[in-house]
Amino acid sequence: MGTDATAVVVRIQHEAFDEALEAQRLRHVHSGARVSFVGYVRDGDNPSLNLKSLTLEHYPGMTESAIENMVSVALGRFSIQQVTIIHRIGELHVGEPIVWIMVTSRHRRDAFEGCEFLMDYLKTQAPFWKKETWSDGTSQWVDARESDDEALRRWGVASHNATQTQAEAGKASNKKLPGFTAG
Amino acid sequence: MNASLIPVQVLYFASVRERMGLSSEKVMVPEGARVSGLRQQLCARGEVSQEALSVQKGLRVAVNQSMVEDDVSLSAGDEVAFFPPVTGG
Repeated sequence: MGTDATAVVVRIQHEAFDEALEAQRLRHVHSGARVSFVGYVRDGDNPSLNLKSLTLEHYPGMTESAIENMVSVALGRFSIQQVTIIHRIGELHVGEPIVWIMVTSRHRRDAFEGCEFLMDYLKTQAPFWKKETWSDGTSQWVDARESDDEALRRWGVASHNATQTQAEAGKASNKKLPGFTAG
Repeated sequence: MNASLIPVQVLYFASVRERMGLSSEKVMVPEGARVSGLRQQLCARGEVSQEALSVQKGLRVAVNQSMVEDDVSLSAGDEVAFFPPVTGG
């Protein structure tokens, strides 16, 4: 270990991941810092109902390329050395890990910032969707949050995932369907 | 004079897939059609499609797996995906 030539690992998988094993893979004599983030399924925000599970869906192919693209951006912005991003899909229960991002760098600042940047980016730019299933059997898709767009904008990156654009607002009020605009 | 038709592969994800009741289909569109034209063509099928592809809840579009605005022109064989705002992580 520690000589793994692959600097970037991106995996989308159903299975749980072994954090210790993945961390071991990234250990490197040139890295002075390693920062990791793990996102878990938390109990529901609605206190009167118990969350049973989250089901995560993705867009095979596009999800991987979107993440690889954001890693390229991060590599250009921060002096980071290795990146591993693992995101799970399928049905996950409360307490289970969903996403894991680990970044190494020579000095701590780049690892801290690179990890946070990647997570902010992933929340609004990678095609994943979450559906909540509650203890009473009902389920609903999770709404995107504008606060996640704001998190990415703090890095100077435009983000309109949850935000309705002016063009959309205009079209939404246009109830009559016109014909083709191209010909 | 009718424009000739070209095939595109249309994919639906998450809530859009559930409302449409299918995950993918081949659709013929007039040559030179834009994403907005494809969406209108699908919406014109009826209330189910119109509700599923409503932009009011925020509808995102990718062509050949890259996010685009809906004025992008389509080419034969393009993969066009409609989905809601993303909620991963």
